[in-house]
Amino acid sequence: MVKRGKGLRIGAAALAGVLALSACGGGGDEGGDGPANLRMTVWSANEAHLKLLNDIADEYRQNHPDVSGITFDPLPFDTYTTTLTTQIAGGNAPDLAWIFENSAPDFVASGALLPLDDTLKKAEGYQYDDLSPATLKLWQDGGKLYAYPFSTSPFGVFVNTDMLKKAGQKTPAELIAAGQWTWDAALAAASATQKATGKAGLVIRDFDYKGWDNLSTFWTGWGAEAWSADGKSCGFAAPEMVDAMTTLHKAIFTDKALPGPGTTADFFAGDAAMTITQISRASLLKDNGFAWDLVPLPAGPKGNYAVVGQAGIGVLKKSKHADAAADFLAFLSNPTNSAKLAQFFPPPRQSQLTAETLAKTNPKLKPEQLQKVVIDGITSGVVKPNHAGQAELSQQVRAGLDPLWKPDADVKAVLDGVCAKIQPMLAK
Amino acid sequence: MSQTDIRVGGAQAPPTAARPPRPWWTSRRRDQLAGYLFIAPQLIGSLLFVFLPLVLVVWYSLHEWNVLAGTFDFVGPDNYSALADDPNLGSMLRATGLFSVGLVVFNLALALLLAVLLNQRLRGTIVFRTIFFSPVVVSLVAWTIVWGFLLQDNGGVNGLLDTIGVDGPNWLRGEGTAMFSVIIVQVFKNVGLNMVLFLAALQGVPAELYEAAEVDGASRMRQFWRITVPLISPTILLTSIITVVGSLQVFAQIAVLTQGGPGTSTTVLVYYLYQQAFQFHHFGYGATLSILLFGIVLALTVLQWQMRKRWVFHES
Repeated sequence: MVKRGKGLRIGAAALAGVLALSACGGGGDEGGDGPANLRMTVWSANEAHLKLLNDIADEYRQNHPDVSGITFDPLPFDTYTTTLTTQIAGGNAPDLAWIFENSAPDFVASGALLPLDDTLKKAEGYQYDDLSPATLKLWQDGGKLYAYPFSTSPFGVFVNTDMLKKAGQKTPAELIAAGQWTWDAALAAASATQKATGKAGLVIRDFDYKGWDNLSTFWTGWGAEAWSADGKSCGFAAPEMVDAMTTLHKAIFTDKALPGPGTTADFFAGDAAMTITQISRASLLKDNGFAWDLVPLPAGPKGNYAVVGQAGIGVLKKSKHADAAADFLAFLSNPTNSAKLAQFFPPPRQSQLTAETLAKTNPKLKPEQLQKVVIDGITSGVVKPNHAGQAELSQQVRAGLDPLWKPDADVKAVLDGVCAKIQPMLAK
Repeated sequence: MSQTDIRVGGAQAPPTAARPPRPWWTSRRRDQLAGYLFIAPQLIGSLLFVFLPLVLVVWYSLHEWNVLAGTFDFVGPDNYSALADDPNLGSMLRATGLFSVGLVVFNLALALLLAVLLNQRLRGTIVFRTIFFSPVVVSLVAWTIVWGFLLQDNGGVNGLLDTIGVDGPNWLRGEGTAMFSVIIVQVFKNVGLNMVLFLAALQGVPAELYEAAEVDGASRMRQFWRITVPLISPTILLTSIITVVGSLQVFAQIAVLTQGGPGTSTTVLVYYLYQQAFQFHHFGYGATLSILLFGIVLALTVLQWQMRKRWVFHES
């Protein structure tokens, strides 16, 4: 038997437990009346990137007492969009979110983002018209801008010139000067370097036989595309794509110019002679490491070309402080801060897309590198593949391309198979 | 005279006499309440985090839930029709079945073998028991990531094979070897748990039964099949249920090692569910898949439980 007093104590304890459980369900920053504590999800955990963002946020907070804090929340690159949408589904949506180009159509069309035109145009000294219309296109719907094109970053080739020289190969700069910087020459140099040094020749960063959209940095040189401009027709079975993938397959499995499936090689750790990536990765270069260069993508059979990766920053409508978040975004992307951020993230501001301006904040890159890779790339670049429902499409393409990554693969048959998988989805 | 006395007295009591109101708050009720309060934390936790989600999953499966757009539209049985028509259903169930069968066979066989070997009174058996059990307490993701490096084309496993002149395959990239690799990684991770359960069961088998069998001239193998297996059959049932149910919930190993590839060869039910819900944003369809998973786990558990009468010879 339980005595009355003891029973009461048990009851009180149980009630406290229930209240504690109820409290667990509450969010951290309730209501929209108090000072806003903003959170922005970003893909980068790079110390230099975060320091710059935090410095800008601190400056903003000095003049905005209504914002008590701004946190940049790095999410893993590989699962960035999945984690972000899971947070949204779980009622823990950030106030601002970095969005990749491959999920831009889904986010922009969903209505999840706050239109930004009015806030940006009204911001003091913002110079909205300075934003390049080409960079805004992906982030607009019905004439409204749903995310600021924070980074429009062309892909270039980072080169370990020490390793190429050690293998007795001409550097890309020498090949460019001789008008011979083509994929044939690049793959030949990569293959020869691999044979001579045992290190990887050329790495298409973030591809790893899964992130196939990074291969657009290769096949665009053949005039190939994943799907037509209107997104309705599959492009994998087109002759240009078959030619490009046949060349790539031979480079991987016959010439060993690229590391094969299941083999990792990090250029920035000195494991590869060349890597295709964006300039934001320049921060990974170590000051006392190897001698390096940054050059444009080699010319393909269709001549010179550029491929651009984009990322936007949007304000989630679900945010309790959406207006404050939009105001901070206007500050983050104003001309002054845009110039600061340009060292990592090429801005959409036309006035800042000059080698001279970019050189001021890019100590690691020479003006001619910035001109040839960044400015020319943004002007003429093709954006990486993007489509509504890209996650599902991407999974189908990844599974469809898997049989290609074997030495005896029938390239044409595999690519036909990819189109058989995705054409019904594209035609919807 | 009290009313109680009158009632006991019988004949003199008026037929309409009211019984005295019994106090509602009796010691019996107090004991009952105390009991409920003691189980309340567990009960509330189960209601909130087990039963409520179960009900919600059924509810979600009847809806099309677009997380980004914030829409939640009732679609009735549409998701179940889509499941029946899903062209990936066959390959996904095949991969799930292959993983489960492979895991149960390899895991139970190896666990039993290790338990029998380590049930000897020899020096060093405790060290080996610790070594084989230690992966159970290692973080699953850390374990899987390390194996991911070892199974690379130029990784440790092929390096070892190379020293004996064997050219190892690209384990995680071949359609045949990828599933085998995932199974083996999981077997090594959890075999220690089943081994300990088998060890406990083996140590409960009376030694005099073996002595009697030896007197009768039974071989070691005959003793194993006629004495050991029947007497540890309840543990075999327990471990097989645990392993089968666990195998159907495999996720981290697939996510880290293969992401369902190559092709869809390792896309098991839980990983497919994750893709549909969290990558493709089809939360309603993902909920439908989770109900399919629930049904399969329930059916297999009931089936195994029913079958115990046939193959469990000794149940305490």
